[in-house]
Amino acid sequence: MGKSSARDRDQRIAALVFIAPAAILLILFLIVPVLSSVKYSFTDYNILRPDRIHFCGFSNFAELFRDPDFHQAIWHTVYFTLLVVPIQCLLALVLALFVSSRRRGVSVFRAAYFSPMVTSMVVVAILWTVLYNPDPNTGLINAFLVKIGAKPQGFLNDPKMAMNSIIFMSAWQAAGYQMMIFLAGLQAIPSEQYEAASIDGAGTWKQLIYITLPGLRNVTKYVVIITTIQAMKLFTQPYVMTKGGPQNTTMTQVYYIYEQGFQERNFGYACAAAVVFLLIVILMSLLLKRIIKAS
Amino acid sequence: MHQKKKRTLGNLIFYIGNTAVALVFVSPLLWMIAASLKPESRIFSELTSLKAFLPVGATLSNYAQVFQRINMLKYIVNTFVYVLIIILLDLLINSLCGYALAKFNFKGREVILTIVISLMVVPMEAIMLPLYKQVAEYGWVNQWAGLIVPFIGKCFSIYMFRQFFLDVPNELLEAASIDGCGPMRTFFKVVVPISGTVYATVFILDFVAHWNDFMWPMLVMTTEDKRTVQLAIQTFFGSQPVYYGPIMASLTISAIPMLILFIALQKYYVQGIASAGIKG
Repeated sequence: MGKSSARDRDQRIAALVFIAPAAILLILFLIVPVLSSVKYSFTDYNILRPDRIHFCGFSNFAELFRDPDFHQAIWHTVYFTLLVVPIQCLLALVLALFVSSRRRGVSVFRAAYFSPMVTSMVVVAILWTVLYNPDPNTGLINAFLVKIGAKPQGFLNDPKMAMNSIIFMSAWQAAGYQMMIFLAGLQAIPSEQYEAASIDGAGTWKQLIYITLPGLRNVTKYVVIITTIQAMKLFTQPYVMTKGGPQNTTMTQVYYIYEQGFQERNFGYACAAAVVFLLIVILMSLLLKRIIKAS
Repeated sequence: MHQKKKRTLGNLIFYIGNTAVALVFVSPLLWMIAASLKPESRIFSELTSLKAFLPVGATLSNYAQVFQRINMLKYIVNTFVYVLIIILLDLLINSLCGYALAKFNFKGREVILTIVISLMVVPMEAIMLPLYKQVAEYGWVNQWAGLIVPFIGKCFSIYMFRQFFLDVPNELLEAASIDGCGPMRTFFKVVVPISGTVYATVFILDFVAHWNDFMWPMLVMTTEDKRTVQLAIQTFFGSQPVYYGPIMASLTISAIPMLILFIALQKYYVQGIASAGIKG
């Protein structure tokens, strides 16, 4: 008895020593910033006038809800997420099914589908800005379109196409990542299930619908959640490729926070936008978990 | 006979289908590499032929130009140093925390674990403003500390380590304790040596995340000599004169360390991204 309580005490002390460094860092650089974000969102703090900081209640939020640029930024983020998540996840699933075979040389195809992941988003964004060049004499994609007799497209210069061009590129870049997760999921499905189905005379399609897809349920949930959260943070692509343009059509929520906070120096206002963004991300992840649990 | 024919057809579809899709997938990267090896005039004159994707008449002059026009070597070293420091501290500090959450009995353990898991949702983008202000107040703008210290503590790493350490058998720890090892000694002498897998996994996930990171370095590192690779290629892309050959060469250079790392630690990377998906 005495011994066990001494041991408990030792463990408590050890736990404190083991946890303290990480806890201090997380409090200082994660929890405190979250709280100050909330705090500043209720003030008119401007970096250029640090001495004149006033509490201003909900006026930043009220202004945000009236600000058409902020509405646009939310809409563009939602649009990007709604399109890129299904496209990317479906593409990843199809690719995973493509390369789950045990045929010889399959690892070459796996590597090919994964290869865009080796390059960073900045690299990809620069490369595709060049590929998307509207001039068929310099842009590879337009050169190809002209060659097959189609009209050259504006891509990033065309307000109607800019966001779609970013969606296409983003799906291309990251599908290999989700493919790897699906592939691991496929390999976790016991092969006896397929053997049994095959003896029962189930063909490839039936096996896909009754064994493979249900077997991937957990993995799919995970992939959809991480892809959605990732999509909502869209920033690097518009920053490098379009600077939010043309005509603000690729201005996203994070870009808006960056612009208001670091370019316009409206720190308090930008913090309010960041708080709204954080709430949307939290709500979205809770909602997704709920919906996915229910299904 | 019929079965055999069907199998051959299946193989044919598999190889033709995959080859077609794979070519579409890699063609942008092939073009990037081919263009990085060609004189400027050839890049555009061969745009519509198959030669666009092949390094015909290869030259390294674009690469030489990158190193002449910008201090690429310094940026690569900069990035390596800062990324490796983050990773080493991340591995040390978060594995200690993850171990305590997995193996020690103490009040509040579940609460801390819940907090760690909930904080995983908070995107860095939502706190970049106050974080920047804090870092500026510490005098860390344009200092390596500003790039490193805020990102050592990481909830995802803690979670990964905890999940792994849960499976370490308690008998092993008790045996060490009977031999007179304290918790710290047990951790470093017994647990760490058998946990190479999880350390390798967190290492590569961290390396990929920080090597590729763009937004935070852009905010904190504003002077030319403190640039990271990603910042360097982005500013190189925007600086005059714009020649595509050297730009493509700079992109290719920036991807080489990642390529080497993926080839070397591929197994752990796949394990890392997959394990979370299957367990969760």
